[in-house]
Amino acid sequence: MIKTIKQIAINVNEEGYLTDFSQWTKEIGEEIAKENNIEMTDKHWQVISWIQEQVTAKKPLSIRGIKKSGVIDIKEFYALFPGGPLKVSTKIAGVPKPKSCI
Amino acid sequence: MKNLVILGAGTSGTMMANHLVSKLPKKDWKIHIVDQYKTHYYQPGFLFLPFDIYNENQVRKEGKKFIPKGVEYHQLKIEKIDAENNLVELENGVLSYDILIIATGSKIAPQEVEGMHSKAWRDTIFDFYTYEGALALRNKLREFKEGKLVVHITEMPIKCPVAPLEFAFLADSYFDKKGIRDKVEITYVTPLSGAFTKEYSSKKLGYLLEEKNIKLETDFAIERVDFENKKIVDYIDKEISYDLLVTVPTNMGDEVIEKSGLGDDLNFVPTHEKTLQSLEHENIFVIGDATNVPASKAGSVAHFQSETLTDNILLYINNKPLKEEFDGHSNCFIETGKNKALLIDFNYEQEPVTGTFPIAGIGPLKLLKESVLNHWGKLAFRWVYWNLLLKGIPIPFVSRNMSTAGKNINK
Ligand SMILES: Cc1cc2nc3c(=O)[nH]c(=O)nc-3n(C[C@H](O)[C@H](O)[C@H](O)COP(=O)(O)OP(=O)(O)OC[C@H]3O[C@@H](n4cnc5c(N)ncnc54)[C@H](O)[C@@H]3O)c2cc1C
Repeated sequence: MIKTIKQIAINVNEEGYLTDFSQWTKEIGEEIAKENNIEMTDKHWQVISWIQEQVTAKKPLSIRGIKKSGVIDIKEFYALFPGGPLKVSTKIAGVPKPKSCI
Repeated sequence: MKNLVILGAGTSGTMMANHLVSKLPKKDWKIHIVDQYKTHYYQPGFLFLPFDIYNENQVRKEGKKFIPKGVEYHQLKIEKIDAENNLVELENGVLSYDILIIATGSKIAPQEVEGMHSKAWRDTIFDFYTYEGALALRNKLREFKEGKLVVHITEMPIKCPVAPLEFAFLADSYFDKKGIRDKVEITYVTPLSGAFTKEYSSKKLGYLLEEKNIKLETDFAIERVDFENKKIVDYIDKEISYDLLVTVPTNMGDEVIEKSGLGDDLNFVPTHEKTLQSLEHENIFVIGDATNVPASKAGSVAHFQSETLTDNILLYINNKPLKEEFDGHSNCFIETGKNKALLIDFNYEQEPVTGTFPIAGIGPLKLLKESVLNHWGKLAFRWVYWNLLLKGIPIPFVSRNMSTAGKNINK
């Protein structure tokens, strides 16, 4: 599916996750955040960078990983990305949400 | 004489011993395999034990029986791998190796969550990922008359990621058959965003939970078990009450991996996802649940890996470049209860889709669709496991790399 954000066409899946990370920019992240009622702060961006690093290094994303990341603690993570922090933050980061095999 | 040492005689280690015994020149190579236990368990059977579908004897056999002649079996605990010096310290002695295969699997770590491994463990909190846990749960279920059953996943990755969902489906059938389904509330709790997280699967299978009246709680990241008040609590203080909690605790690699400094956060060994060589030591290879590769942790995956790994060990011995061949191929039957099952066949790139398997256009098995035949396939897997898989015999019509034939890919 094609979605247009700030006049830039990006490829997303049915749930709105980017399917091509190379199309991601900070602006796009910011717009997706707005759609989820999140106003991005420095702390938000630190988490987003950490998530992108993990995914680029092919490491699985988990709440445990956040705990050990040293970036934030889990309560803060929930406060920053309400309503399922991993699924919301990955959408903003332009990477796939954590999945099972089915 | 050179030594090839296999650590772990579970599904993967046993398969590798059987593959390699006939392929490594006997005059140059001696093969050793080490495992702490006498018994080899058929772990997929742990799903059926709690429901009295299988009994104890159907899921355990003496491990040594499956180790071929010509391979030396050491029933000992592995204490440490000294990768710098090519040595393995055992509880009683030392083995030196030229090539090491790590096949120590993964296991549950209930101590990772506060209140889980508490005095309520195996009283109101159960696992079914161990033999002892599955049996204790069977006894509990025999007595269970009414109340809230919560089926719960602590965190990913877990081995056989569909097993908890299958457990919920089988519980529905079990209580239905006993005539008490209306007295039992079943809730499925997952840290992920849904019971089905892949596009096709959630479209095709979303109906299942509703049909079986199983409640769903998603995005639940457990912080602790309040075992006194029988509640699980997440990081935003959301609470779910239970009378019986069936959880899949955190899955981790063995402590020996941590002690040896060879693992990641979860004691899984960083491994090349296509060659199965360890990323840090060229004479160490890793297979099955012990790796960190992003494939499912399943016996079928280990089977496909074992074929690639056997070729790669021979290439390595002959100083040839390794094949970047393993594609994440996985093939799993998923019990949906009432004598039906689904079948999925997928790899790193291709998510599960509908279609026919193993013969394109013919089947007889159907992918991503419930059928009685698939259920018979799941039950037959036990025979296949003991008689073909462990012995390293190829499964008819099913190749190591996933085939796209017979799959409805662009639907
Ligand atoms: C409930 C359940 C259902 C499942 N269903 C399916 C299914 O339907 N289909 C499917 O394909 N797979 C299924 N699986 C997964 C499958 O059983 C595993 O993926 C498979 O057994 C992995 O094989 P492995 O050799 O890597 O690890 P294992 O078979 O677990 O073997 C590891 C071995 O290493 C030994 N070991 C570890 N550490 C040490 C040490 N320090 N010293 C000595 N020995 C040690 C252990 O004793 C063990 O024997 C299921 C698993 C479970 C728990």
